[in-house]
Amino acid sequence: MIITAQKPLEEILNSLSPYNSILIAGCDGCTQPPRGLKEANILAQLLGLAGKQRGKSFKFKVITVPKQCDSFLAATSLKPEIEGIDAILSLGCGVGVQTITEVLPDLIVLPAQNALFIGGENREEDVLLERCAACGDCLLEYTGGICPIARCAKHLLNGPCGGSQDGKCEVSPDRPCAWQQIIERLSKMGRLDKLEEIKPPRNWNLNLAQRKSQG
Amino acid sequence: MTMKAGTNLEKVLESGAFAVTAEAGPAKGAVTSVIERKGEMLKPCCDAVNVTDNQSAVVRMSSWSSCVLLKRLGLDPVMQIVVRDRNRLAIQSDVLGAVAMGIQNILCLSGDHQAIGNHPDAKGVYDIDSIQLIQMLKGMRDEKKFQCGEEISGEVPIFIGAAANPFAAPFEYRVLRLAKKVKAGADFIQTQAIFDVAKFAKWMEMVRDRGLDKQTHILAGLVPIKSVGMARYMKDYVSGVYVPDEVVTRLEGAKNAKEEGIKICLETIEQLKEIQGVHGIHIMAVAWEEMVPHIVEQAKLLPRPVV
Ligand code: SF4
Repeated sequence: MIITAQKPLEEILNSLSPYNSILIAGCDGCTQPPRGLKEANILAQLLGLAGKQRGKSFKFKVITVPKQCDSFLAATSLKPEIEGIDAILSLGCGVGVQTITEVLPDLIVLPAQNALFIGGENREEDVLLERCAACGDCLLEYTGGICPIARCAKHLLNGPCGGSQDGKCEVSPDRPCAWQQIIERLSKMGRLDKLEEIKPPRNWNLNLAQRKSQG
Repeated sequence: MTMKAGTNLEKVLESGAFAVTAEAGPAKGAVTSVIERKGEMLKPCCDAVNVTDNQSAVVRMSSWSSCVLLKRLGLDPVMQIVVRDRNRLAIQSDVLGAVAMGIQNILCLSGDHQAIGNHPDAKGVYDIDSIQLIQMLKGMRDEKKFQCGEEISGEVPIFIGAAANPFAAPFEYRVLRLAKKVKAGADFIQTQAIFDVAKFAKWMEMVRDRGLDKQTHILAGLVPIKSVGMARYMKDYVSGVYVPDEVVTRLEGAKNAKEEGIKICLETIEQLKEIQGVHGIHIMAVAWEEMVPHIVEQAKLLPRPVV
């Protein structure tokens, strides 16, 4: 799913300041971190209080959309609610904000979230981890199920750089070296030989060609 | 035998002599005197001089132009290229320009990540990796083709280098990685700084087992240590460098840390000379280039061969 983090309240307030009547739209599509009805209500309360401190009183209406990235669902959930609304504040990712902009072209749509990455939830360790770069040419067969495009800081295709130390990436001691993980995994599977093959430079523009999916 | 580029470095290595190269960091400004001073100092004691490419992801004068300045002084420069800052178009055009200016030794590197340098918010390029860079240069030279497959007009004679870190984890994989670089087309290898000769010797044994020492020239890397502080700093903060505790302890116990640092360096060189398959040394005297002539002399590696 798309992992997001809420923008600082100040930034949201600044973007809302020209408007009075605001529809706050949660999204139930991706579930972690949650950004549905409950979170939309909490945000409305926080913004209401912070607005008052600035001498501004907003009128909020709160709803949630099953999936903001689906144009049909976005349109059917939002259209009945927009009477008298100046702007929509979306708790969806960038896809959600843009889908709403497309289905409701006369309204201002503002983001409340920063989309961070495509990731998964590790429930044991209670963390959200980046896992896919949507690169258009999945390599996971070659790398033992660990993605070097999403997880190696340099997106290396032919093995680790010289900065890999004690299993950590040179960028930060908190970041595991993806190539160390790939090598450990492949040697466990007895498939280190896979890495002898030189992977040619990749086509970074595949996502341009694949923009339209027939799905 | 036919030379790939006919640079001084290639000739020395092909003659079978024990080669000496050193590293020179370019100016953090537009003055020519910084690199020229280092060049004058290194010229009598080195077969070739590497110029770093925004090393540690800190901006300096380009490797390309600093190499031109060294070439004018009569040195044989090794232009370092990292894949962090430029894509395949920019790199290929720089290589053509470099060869046109007589810069024909090129060392291919990944480069330290921009997040640990002085512009941590910069976008990293990493269009190709260091192994793909080696392969691309080999294609330009041997097939006279750009990476896209289009013809290049005329020759691109280059002597292709790569780095190897015998100490980075995972150790067992490191030789496989060297093999991959050799297969991609690395004519010479300059290793990361060696402080643990025993571990390096073990790596070299694995290198020889695969016959890689016969297919490429391995130059063993050295960093002379100036102070206890520097040893600690390298141990803890310099990405990819492995400084054993004994080295730090030895410097701490020494009356004169500078002298001790040089002594360690000279002892290491003596041990390296004995390791089969080591074809030379590469001295990276960071901000201490003036010690290189002394080290080379004390290591009895002067005069440098005229080939
Ligand atoms: S240390 Fe590992 S994860 Fe980090 S850039 Fe190098 S290879 Fe990639």
